[in-house]
Amino acid sequence: MWLEAKNISFRYGRNQPWIVRHLDFRVEQGACVGLSAPSGTGKSTLAMLLAGYLTPEEGEILLDKKPLPRKGFCPVQLIYQHPEQAVNPRWRMHRVLEESGLISEELLAALGIEQAWLERFPRELSGGELQRFCVARALMSNALFLICDEMSTMLDVITQAQIWNVVCGEAAKRNMGMVVITHNHHLANRLCSSVYDLKDCCSARP
Amino acid sequence: MEKKEYRRGDPNVPLLAVNGLSVSFQMYDNTFEQRALQVISELHLQVHAGEIVAIAGASGSGKSLLAAAILGILPDNATAAGELRYKGQLLVPKLQKQLSGTEIALVPQSVDFLDPLMRAGAQADGHRKPRPTKERRRLFQRLDLPKDTEKCYPYQLSGGMARRVLVSTALLADAQLIIADEPTPGMSLEQALAALKMFRQMADDGRAVVLITHDIDLAVSFADRIAVFYAGTIVEIANAQDFGEGPDALRHPYSKALWRALPQNGFEPIAGSQPYAGRLPKGCLFAPRCSRSTPQCAQKAPSMRALRGGEVRCFYAHGRPKE
Repeated sequence: MWLEAKNISFRYGRNQPWIVRHLDFRVEQGACVGLSAPSGTGKSTLAMLLAGYLTPEEGEILLDKKPLPRKGFCPVQLIYQHPEQAVNPRWRMHRVLEESGLISEELLAALGIEQAWLERFPRELSGGELQRFCVARALMSNALFLICDEMSTMLDVITQAQIWNVVCGEAAKRNMGMVVITHNHHLANRLCSSVYDLKDCCSARP
Repeated sequence: MEKKEYRRGDPNVPLLAVNGLSVSFQMYDNTFEQRALQVISELHLQVHAGEIVAIAGASGSGKSLLAAAILGILPDNATAAGELRYKGQLLVPKLQKQLSGTEIALVPQSVDFLDPLMRAGAQADGHRKPRPTKERRRLFQRLDLPKDTEKCYPYQLSGGMARRVLVSTALLADAQLIIADEPTPGMSLEQALAALKMFRQMADDGRAVVLITHDIDLAVSFADRIAVFYAGTIVEIANAQDFGEGPDALRHPYSKALWRALPQNGFEPIAGSQPYAGRLPKGCLFAPRCSRSTPQCAQKAPSMRALRGGEVRCFYAHGRPKE
């Protein structure tokens, strides 16, 4: 099964410059692909397009040759680079997690989420603690593909290694496909079978 | 990167001195009972003019709260005890208000600190006139921000761009002390290097930077000293090059574990997680996860002591193993 972006173009509004132009990209289920490019060149936009948060102006996103489902849970899950913007600030953390199904105690333990945190509000947790919830929420949803957009930059390196071990372990167990967006070359080399530069994904501009 | 060795002013008076700082939160246990939750305890740190002190360590260990305590912007339900001194003067709330934004500038951690209804250029300009200021344009250019960034609203900026706008607001303040709370996530390596070069230059001009970061590689190349945070206190203060050399040069077992967890050095995490602020162990904070802990560690908390040109909070840290 492939997750494909076919000749997609996107801009934030009619009078805005193109952020993504004629881009082709694909990941196979079970593969882990890295994506790197300077800041402001459309990596996060591509991540949101792949996960269905944005719709391309031209071209299409296909999962197993079909467009992404419009309703219900999306089989492509995005882990966002700003966890504080990815959770409802007025919900307690257990409600944030329950959004994606039954809470798996095993997963929470593996990610180092303390029971006491479940009763807290997002503003009472640090960025790193919040990100663990976002990872748990994405993994609990039985997604087929994970898009990790600078997932671990706000974590200390021990937590980073712990969380990636959990994510990669789960991905291997469920044969998930992953797109890893990171600026850390060492991390990309450690995790990904291949690392693409965003420039190489764009076909010649007209 | 060259690090110049000169200091300005009286070298004996640090620009910033933190003595025995503790921060605790008033939390409600249930509806009526209040409880103090201590999140920073017994923290000592000195920052001299001319240096960059990096603060690395566990997520959620209170690094950002230290920044908030220095600037006097702790949340309402937090109380700070201990002593903060700026150029020898006690930092009382009135002085903090007077200094912040002029003498002490903050690069906040969250991009939410940008005003969502203000264009990036105008935000960085602040109250400076005439707008747009020339220095700001030059700074945006040096930070590799495209020309139309100044007209963008924060939601139109990518993560790395928003961070660079935040960095530029602090650099424009022309402050003596910059507290940069994770300024580089989202930036590409080249952009992060450009931003940190500017911090290095500021320090070399006799100012100081406190750089809170998880990027140990960057800290090694730019900082003079690295303070390692764990569970609300500093467990080790090391020269930056010690982290470059590896675990034998480091002093505390947690710092060694940090080094081993770097993707280029094994990527091996130690098990467990940092103790939760309400349930700190009685003795050494790291003892439950330490492979070398003894009954003594569980009984008594070690205090900070000097060792091999740095400082460490561990009973068993010793001289470098003989080759």
